[in-house]
Amino acid sequence: MRAFSYERASSPQAAAQAAMARDNAKFIAGGTNLLDLMKLEIETPTHLVDVNGLGLDTIEETDAGGLRIGALVSNTALAADERVRRDYGVLTRAIVAGASGQLRNKATTGGNLLQRTRCPYFYDTNMPCNKRAPGTGCSAIEGFSRSLAAIGGSDFCIATYPGDMAVAMRVLDAEIETVDPDGETRTIPIADFHKLPGETPEVENELRPGELITAVTLPASVGGRHFYHKVRDRSSYAFALVSVAAIVNEDGTGRVALGGIAPKPWRDETAEAEMPNGASAVMRRLLADAKPTEENQFKVPLAERTLAAVLSEAKG
Amino acid sequence: MKREHNGGITRRDLMIVGAATAATYAFPKVAYGQANVEAPASGEALKALDASLKSEVSFTVNGTARDIAVDNRTTLLDALRETLQLTGTKKGCDHGQCGACTVSVNGRRINSCLTLAVMHQDDEITSIEGLGTPDDLHPMQAAFIEHDGYQCGYCTPGQICSAKATLEEIRAGIPSHVTADITGPIEASDDEIRERMSGNICRCGAYSNILAAIKDVKGQNA
Ligand SMILES: Cc1cc2nc3c(=O)[nH]c(=O)nc-3n(C[C@H](O)[C@H](O)[C@H](O)COP(=O)(O)OP(=O)(O)OC[C@H]3O[C@@H](n4cnc5c(N)ncnc54)[C@H](O)[C@@H]3O)c2cc1C
Ligand code: SF4
Repeated sequence: MRAFSYERASSPQAAAQAAMARDNAKFIAGGTNLLDLMKLEIETPTHLVDVNGLGLDTIEETDAGGLRIGALVSNTALAADERVRRDYGVLTRAIVAGASGQLRNKATTGGNLLQRTRCPYFYDTNMPCNKRAPGTGCSAIEGFSRSLAAIGGSDFCIATYPGDMAVAMRVLDAEIETVDPDGETRTIPIADFHKLPGETPEVENELRPGELITAVTLPASVGGRHFYHKVRDRSSYAFALVSVAAIVNEDGTGRVALGGIAPKPWRDETAEAEMPNGASAVMRRLLADAKPTEENQFKVPLAERTLAAVLSEAKG
Repeated sequence: MKREHNGGITRRDLMIVGAATAATYAFPKVAYGQANVEAPASGEALKALDASLKSEVSFTVNGTARDIAVDNRTTLLDALRETLQLTGTKKGCDHGQCGACTVSVNGRRINSCLTLAVMHQDDEITSIEGLGTPDDLHPMQAAFIEHDGYQCGYCTPGQICSAKATLEEIRAGIPSHVTADITGPIEASDDEIRERMSGNICRCGAYSNILAAIKDVKGQNA
């Protein structure tokens, strides 16, 4: 790990200012992704701004009848919150499908959204990788790509967004609240938050330099039955090959987003209008532009079957 | 094995000192390269830079207040093992994947390898040494012995800390991936225990005996 200086921020705006004041500063929340990457010298910040202890760790009801989840609320606390379990079951299900009990106790809402890809070449500093070292090339496109994106990738990068929580937040139409070094706040719909790689796979989200996530808000509950089905190589403690977050209503309409298959949680509101017509009707649209590699083409039928399983469980 | 605290320097101490020295020497070059700052011209500036890379932190470990000065890079795991010589907590993968380093912080289990010591000002940390002693074992420690919940024993401190937390988390109503009804109370079923222990890997494969030990303690509490 490279050496770094460290400070505890005193307020959200002060944290944003502290991160902005130095060239190579990063926020640290739970540390479970950042420290992992710092040990491998994939991330090499020279200054860390600790954003724990800013009072961003509560879940409050909003005037619109939804919830405002502080950026520092732990994954465990969010999954276990009574209101979340009752009204946003897909979110609880997605969170507890990820990582381990120990990790979820430390991982935070903001940090989870920003977790980086699990592409094996991104982790291997001896290999070219446009995301880790822009301009060096992508080792995965012609390499081992079984776990990588079947849709949404580019000639520069086919990494997936690996997380579970954000897939559920995508079907819930969550919004991300931030503060910048000038104290300006803004709200970013989760649909716009994560970026496709295009020619700049190192740019993964909408955040500007120094901008701090302060909260994630959920609109009022939309009812329906909530599902999160995660398909992986072992039944616990592994990242998704494909996951399906879905809300299914009595009349067969609903919402669906996919995880593990694209550089961001994958949802298309016109495709989900097909839900009453079954999984293959939905996937024909949702994955119409899929460009899988030979190694990961199995993800396309797997996504359809996973949604079919969800829909049949919703009926049963 | 008992470590010597008589002022005599062991080979292991020498290696630790060596590593620390190397880190201190290596730093300025690395930091200047990374941060694009001018190399400090004076010894004073170098000292200030060096000081910015270290922190003091106070927390309690197993009920005892501890004040330590550490390189900012020091993980909680390394602070326990190297700085405080509490070597019960084990380093396995050092990347949050194996669970050998599991300890409790403010009543919640975490991987001590993926958190910095400096981030734990005023926290209450409990490691395996704080659960029980050879003469007065914690029920979970006794159950692991009773049921042979290990072979080589390396993952065992982490397994025991996690096992204790698993039962507490079920009692607190925190749902898991296998909880059928996430709005209702939770049964400490075999599946629940297995799922919640999946962050602790045992290379010897003592899993069935670990499960038996945890169920035994669950029964005692009921
Ligand atoms: C072994 C292992 C298995 C895992 N399995 C899964 C899994 O199955 N599913 C899954 O979804 N995840 C999994 N994870 C990932 C885990 O969920 C993330 O590491 C965690 O959610 C990151 O949160 P954190 O608070 O620790 O982030 P940190 O590591 O503290 O930060 C991550 C990034 O976010 C930035 N950041 C943090 N907070 C803010 C903020 N408020 N504003 C702006 N920037 C911020 C940091 O600068 C950093 O760049 C796994 C991790 C490990 C180690
Ligand atoms: S897929 Fe993306 S992260 Fe993986 S090697 Fe290619 S550029 Fe790097």
